Amino acid sequence: MFGFEPTEEQKLLVEAVRRYAENDLRAAAHEADESGELPPDLIEKGWELGVLQASVPEAYGGFGERSAVTGALAAEELAWGDLSGALAVMAPGAYALSVLLTGSEDQKSELIPPVIEADWKPYVAAFVEPEYDFHAGEMRTTAVASNGDYLITGRKARVPFGDSAEALLTFASLDGRIEAFAVPTDAEGVQVGEREQLLGIQALPTFPVTFDKVRVPASARLEGMDASQVLASFNVAAGALAIGLSRAAYEYALDYAKEREAFGAPIAQKQAIAFMLAEMATEIDGARLMVWEAAWEIDQGKEAFKSAYLALSNAAETVMMVTDRGVQILGGHGYIREHPVERWMRNARGLSTFAGMAMV
Amino acid sequence: MISFEIPETIEKTVTMIEAVATEMMRPQARYYDEHEHEIPWEYINFMHEALQSADGGVSMAPEGPKDEDEPMLGKPSIGYQGLAHYVEMLSWGDAGLYLCTPRGGLGAAAVSAAGTPEQKAKFLKRFNGDKAVFSAMAITEPHAGSDTAAIKTTAVQDGDEWVLNGEKIFVTGGHKSLVDTPGFVIVWATIDPDAGRKGIRSFVVEAGTPGCTVTKLEKKLGIRCSDTATIVMQDCRVPFENMLGTVEQKKTSEGYKGVLRTFEVTRPLVGASALGIARAALEFLVEKLAEGGFEIRYGLPRNRMTNLEAEVIDLEAMLRSAWLLTLRAVWMVDNKVPINAEASMSKIKAGDAVVKITQKAIELLGPMGYSREHLLEKWFRDAKINDLYEGTGQINRLIVARRILGYSRHELS
Repeated sequence: MFGFEPTEEQKLLVEAVRRYAENDLRAAAHEADESGELPPDLIEKGWELGVLQASVPEAYGGFGERSAVTGALAAEELAWGDLSGALAVMAPGAYALSVLLTGSEDQKSELIPPVIEADWKPYVAAFVEPEYDFHAGEMRTTAVASNGDYLITGRKARVPFGDSAEALLTFASLDGRIEAFAVPTDAEGVQVGEREQLLGIQALPTFPVTFDKVRVPASARLEGMDASQVLASFNVAAGALAIGLSRAAYEYALDYAKEREAFGAPIAQKQAIAFMLAEMATEIDGARLMVWEAAWEIDQGKEAFKSAYLALSNAAETVMMVTDRGVQILGGHGYIREHPVERWMRNARGLSTFAGMAMV
Repeated sequence: MISFEIPETIEKTVTMIEAVATEMMRPQARYYDEHEHEIPWEYINFMHEALQSADGGVSMAPEGPKDEDEPMLGKPSIGYQGLAHYVEMLSWGDAGLYLCTPRGGLGAAAVSAAGTPEQKAKFLKRFNGDKAVFSAMAITEPHAGSDTAAIKTTAVQDGDEWVLNGEKIFVTGGHKSLVDTPGFVIVWATIDPDAGRKGIRSFVVEAGTPGCTVTKLEKKLGIRCSDTATIVMQDCRVPFENMLGTVEQKKTSEGYKGVLRTFEVTRPLVGASALGIARAALEFLVEKLAEGGFEIRYGLPRNRMTNLEAEVIDLEAMLRSAWLLTLRAVWMVDNKVPINAEASMSKIKAGDAVVKITQKAIELLGPMGYSREHLLEKWFRDAKINDLYEGTGQINRLIVARRILGYSRHELS
């Protein structure tokens, strides 16, 4: 049967995440973006919502079962609050869920509990690379076998909290295949560079990380890598974040358009504005359904690579269109940093490249 | 629960319809495109018999949304979800022929959505007889399209009858409903020309009613197999009980609203039809590219794709987004979730998608795409109607905008 309504349990979770997104993330977003800092308490509070913990079975320190659909619902709400905050709260998920999906029993038992059972800690993924044509299928970071170990060499970018990370789940090409390696940040040859200065997500500290023949034991490689499923899960997460950000901009522009008067009436009463809003609403809903479908396919154990790819492609297009219109509907005011729409527009541009920073 | 699992009954029926679409519709599509106004009886009779012998789940005119007070019986219905799939597949076969599918159509949908139980019993029974029967909806007039409040056809009560006078154009299937088969047309008319939309009601005018004549068949850009009729009513008398809705509704604008509910059901179905054409065009494009040795690679960043790949991938995403919006809208109808903007959203997106996809497919297939040797150019012509009938893309944007903004038609027009 088809179904388009979250379960009661999912609704409760979404409600809790929404309250946090509104009262905490959204409230802090402007200051965090201006200062370039996310208050640690803010991240911790989001962590305590337990979205990730509920996605991990008890055997590995969590209290639930992974559902990409539930994760997508939560990610949308977080991003509605603030994308930087959302990525911070979700960063350990990219690490833990990758292990959950592709690690051996031993690896799961060893690597996941330290992430899950404690306060929020920066266990993160090092996935994205700095080149303009970065493509997950052809990573320039490589791993080569060496005397029973692996040597990892390459450059990574957009590594959240790279300077303080406990460990980096580093994705690299091994004989042309994607593999992931749990790398301690203090391993020899790991060099974390200066904090990145980006167009958006300015509250989130991200770092370039260089790997120079970093030697890790064979046991550091996740044994059951299913690249298709991992990439799909990254894409769905980025897609869901794009939906949340789109909804934020759409709702803000809609409220503004009803308030703002021009020529004696609210500008929302002009078709030029009203039609823009109608299209924004339509595109957001369609894009969300594609994200849900891909997430559902992941949960069903179906091959979701293509649908997740299309879902993110469409969601990234949508979020740029919607946030641009968010600025446009506010006119000159939209360009002023007192309103959030310019920040959302800056954040939106990154989403086509953020796959690999969060997972559901 | 969020789920994209297609019910098995729907899936099986879709497979059966696919065979009809492939073996009967596609081979006949060109002929009826080139022989406008010829009636595709073979298809009509085949479909009638197929629908007769099939179980209720395959009806092309399912029960409309039930009255609110009707108790829920067993599992939620999947009737409209099934219908969306069947309409999509038939339109994938050929949209013109699909529009010639007997058993209902818009007229029956209006009776289902707005009629009383007695009216449903009386008017819908005919679709289950031995012979194929059609029904249609007559709203548009020469000077009133989307602005339905401006219609001039009048209905005047005279004893226990209504007397209708006026001219209706663009009646899809009007000729089949009134001349070729003993069907009916739902005619929108005003009982009080000064009352604007509040005066508008809908009336069942059955085939053979004196004073009701089909005066013209349009020649069109596409869907040529489907007749588009002009109907003139001159002192056309219909029984009092042929006004759709209950007596109470007849006294208020509820009657009008009742008929408007029809669109919340039919708009997603028009969307489904549009998307059948869109899928046909996109599949043809990908197939021809593959024959030329061109495979679409998925998963690449934009800067590693060819332009052709980027174009095809965007079209695929557009089609999927539109289909899921359509599916959600019919799911809401089946599950009695109140429709706000979702029906019009699906229509906007499906109309945009089919027009864009058919236009792009021809562009990307170059001189071959433009040739009448293939059906693609026909699909390009068929596509455009979906951005026009059942509310143009602009009217549906207006509706969505009003709903999301909480505006009345006075606040946003």
